[in-house]
Amino acid sequence: MDITVKLFATFRFGRFAAATRQYPPSTQISEIIDELQIPVSEISMIMLNGRHADPDQRLRDGDSLALFPLVAGG
Amino acid sequence: MNKILRVNMTTLTTGTESVPKEWAALGGRALTSTIVAKEVPPTCHPLGENNKLVFAPGLLSGTTAANSGRFSAGAKSPLTGTIKESNAGGLAAQMFARLGIKALIIEGLPKGNNWHSLHVNKDGVSIAEETELIGKGNFAVVETLEKRLGKKTGVITIGPAGEMKMLAANISVKDSDSKLRSHGRGGLGAVMGSKRIKFISIDDSDAPGIKLADPTKFTTAARVFAKAILEHPGTGQGLPTFGTAEMVNIVNEAGGLPTRNFTYGRYEGHEKISGETLRETIIERGGKPKHGCQPGCIIQCSQVYHDKQGNYVTSGFEYETIETLGANAGLGDLDQIATADSIMDDIGVDSIETSIAFGVAMEAGVLPFGDGEGVLRILKEDIGKGTPLGRIIGSGAGHVGKVYGVTRVPVVKNQAIPAYDPRSIKGIGITYATSTMGADHTMGYAVATNLMGVGGGIVDPLKKDGQVELSRHLQIVTVMLDSIGLCLFIGFPAADIPTCVPALLDMLNARFGLELTPDWIGGLGVNTLKTERAFNLAAGFTNKDDRLPEFFREPLPPHNAVWDFTDEEIDAFWNF
Repeated sequence: MDITVKLFATFRFGRFAAATRQYPPSTQISEIIDELQIPVSEISMIMLNGRHADPDQRLRDGDSLALFPLVAGG
Repeated sequence: MNKILRVNMTTLTTGTESVPKEWAALGGRALTSTIVAKEVPPTCHPLGENNKLVFAPGLLSGTTAANSGRFSAGAKSPLTGTIKESNAGGLAAQMFARLGIKALIIEGLPKGNNWHSLHVNKDGVSIAEETELIGKGNFAVVETLEKRLGKKTGVITIGPAGEMKMLAANISVKDSDSKLRSHGRGGLGAVMGSKRIKFISIDDSDAPGIKLADPTKFTTAARVFAKAILEHPGTGQGLPTFGTAEMVNIVNEAGGLPTRNFTYGRYEGHEKISGETLRETIIERGGKPKHGCQPGCIIQCSQVYHDKQGNYVTSGFEYETIETLGANAGLGDLDQIATADSIMDDIGVDSIETSIAFGVAMEAGVLPFGDGEGVLRILKEDIGKGTPLGRIIGSGAGHVGKVYGVTRVPVVKNQAIPAYDPRSIKGIGITYATSTMGADHTMGYAVATNLMGVGGGIVDPLKKDGQVELSRHLQIVTVMLDSIGLCLFIGFPAADIPTCVPALLDMLNARFGLELTPDWIGGLGVNTLKTERAFNLAAGFTNKDDRLPEFFREPLPPHNAVWDFTDEEIDAFWNF
């Protein structure tokens, strides 16, 4: 299935900003995090199609996954 | 800090008073709100002789506590009609604190057409007539005063917008680079303009300085406090690296990025105005990706932005300005937004209010969405020069909506809603609705918990559950930050790093010889919020004003989220 993976802030360093990649059906978010070698402790936000998601959620074809490290704003 | 300076602009006299006992444990916002609530009739005209403009440093301002240099300005707001406190970085808080000044209270209204300035030094405050700088922009004021009074002079100034009493007029404070930080929200520049004061200069030579009750205890606690700030990933890494503009991509992903006057929650050009792009651009052009708004800042969330030729354009280039002009008004171009930011600094208008006002003006057809050249022209030729169009836009989003018959007007208590759509980030919606100051994101920054889980885990931004409790908790705690003179981002380590708040209390106790305990924080917050609310109720506000505009019941793409709190659910906020 096709999954669009979007990385932000420091997660882009040495990786990419956005990429659409092929994954087996029912891949878990945590498997993608591991594949990208992103330390789980550094992730502050996982968004699946714009909504908060947990690492153990399974993905479907066409999903959009976004990973953010902790930043802040105002 | 043992002096209250009082200036009477009707009689053109000044005086120094000792601090009344009931104000001794107050600073910053807790002090300005207490003074305004006590001395300003809630039904007065905000531009008349009965309003007062109060400046106060925070309780820890002037010490070596990191990030403690925020300065508070308070009055009845001419934009909202509510009580108002607005705070800013820059040099003024620390200079006032070193001079022993707990508050400066400006009252009355001069007769006649003369303009004035105030000068604050170790002997108190004096009034002078001013002619040369009237009509000049804020940058010229700072430059001229440095020539007149020396490079180290402190400056508090209003631009032409404040002189013209526009409701989006801000008050600016000189920073250590001789640039400007702003008391942005609520039109306090118009209050200073109504009292015909163009600027306040500050000379802290031979100042008595800060005397700590227990210097050793203070130093130890200050070290623990600084460590906690650096340890938190938000304040220690995220903000210094990408600044507040990092929120563009976060809020866009969450579907809450106001776009084309709050009609969409995502902006197709978000990458061009993102924190990532801002950082790359700044570094490429030799600007500064890290910058502090006050001496002693160890977070450095701000930045200095240069143009393609490597020349300075603006500093203090923040998420709110970038988002409200870039996505909500559709400019989509950092260079244009930076130029606009610089003009707004110079003419002295709130970049949030003015940018949202442009979004409403665009919906009204005054200029097209995305017309950056039009925005720059209107800023310079209309707002800067006080044409009727300039006065309309310079009086804020609410007035633009009324004059042009627009219904999609994002304001609460007539103050513009900042760069987060409350339908997709419901926690901030409760803050907008219930804040005693009108729509304001800093009063209780629920965005951090709704999106990033700061303070114990994510509270789902698309659901109502837990939002009222969250906003209430944050609004109470934020009073403490606003009263101690602390940068708002201290809220992150305060929520997540267990050593932070104890160190803060230790510093307060070591500074003043007190024995405050953690429940002091809640007490200060509750009392100040109730004082502010009582003022508003006496001014004529009711619970019916704690509401978001009707159009927020329309679905917002991409989530088709709606604002669906009932009146009773919102009113429950005040059950404390």
